[in-house]
Amino acid sequence: MPAETGVQPAAPRRPVSRIPETAAGLGHPSERLSLRAVVRRGPVASPAMPRHSDPLLADVRHDDSAAVEARLVAALQRGEPEAFATLVREHGRPLLATARRMLGNDDDANDALQETFLSAFRAIAAFEAKSRLGTWLHRIAVNTVLMKLRARRRRPEITIGDLVPQFTADGHHAEPPCPWSEQIARLHSRESRSILWRGIERLPDAYREVLVLRDIEGLSTEETSLHLGATCNAVKIRLHRARQALRTLLSEYLEDLSP
Amino acid sequence: MTCREFAEFLDAFLAGALAAEEVAAFHRHLAVCPHCVSYLDGYRRTVDACQRLRNAEAVPPEVPEDLVAAILASRKPPR
Repeated sequence: MPAETGVQPAAPRRPVSRIPETAAGLGHPSERLSLRAVVRRGPVASPAMPRHSDPLLADVRHDDSAAVEARLVAALQRGEPEAFATLVREHGRPLLATARRMLGNDDDANDALQETFLSAFRAIAAFEAKSRLGTWLHRIAVNTVLMKLRARRRRPEITIGDLVPQFTADGHHAEPPCPWSEQIARLHSRESRSILWRGIERLPDAYREVLVLRDIEGLSTEETSLHLGATCNAVKIRLHRARQALRTLLSEYLEDLSP
Repeated sequence: MTCREFAEFLDAFLAGALAAEEVAAFHRHLAVCPHCVSYLDGYRRTVDACQRLRNAEAVPPEVPEDLVAAILASRKPPR
């Protein structure tokens, strides 16, 4: 499990040489690029950061909820049964939403929530309040869900190289990308959510995990890197590859549905 | 800019993480390459679809009571 603190510092502005991750199964040396003209800007503030119009009021609210939380943690560490019930009822709701989002079905999400709280119950004695209780529980839930995602039985894994676009020697698309503006509109329906999950489930593990954490659960690059033990740059590259691969898979599925 | 370079740095382009001159290079390429227009459209819609999944799963009003009971029962040591 990642440490309670320790968001990595922002990288200094520097040129980017986007190189496919050979160590992560992308082994396509011919795809190696050096786009010297392309540089990244500095970090952008996370949209998850709360924005309070009155900082003083925000501090008061924070202090109040922190005191309530400290009492709950103390009761949990004393083993009071009512405290465990409060923990599950009050903190279980957002964790259940996380598990449902990341796993795509309610049964697996219920199992994940149960396993999350079992892990939390075992670890609560050592909880030192270096992070908020909800943040700590969310980390446990995400790790639990990641283990469940890895354990799912799936069809033989396809490589990411089979799913990202191919180019000619002079850098043009080897085949015209499938136009799918009309087809993708179907993704609003319940059936299309199932199609989306079919695509996500076919992604190689390392790419599926990044896509689920970043695009579905909405974690930052830094949070995702901590969960996966990968560098921020690796997370960014995997996310881009995962989106490219999912685009390919969805276009195939949607093409099959076309009349 | 080639299609390959366009596809390689598409995420940075959409995230607004490129400098003005690089953004201009992307737009110049889009103006002459229908394949990359199509590729960009599908990529963007893929990202949107994932984010709709995120938004579709709101925090439930409560944890189902049978699930709460199962979780609390599981912390009790077996007799």
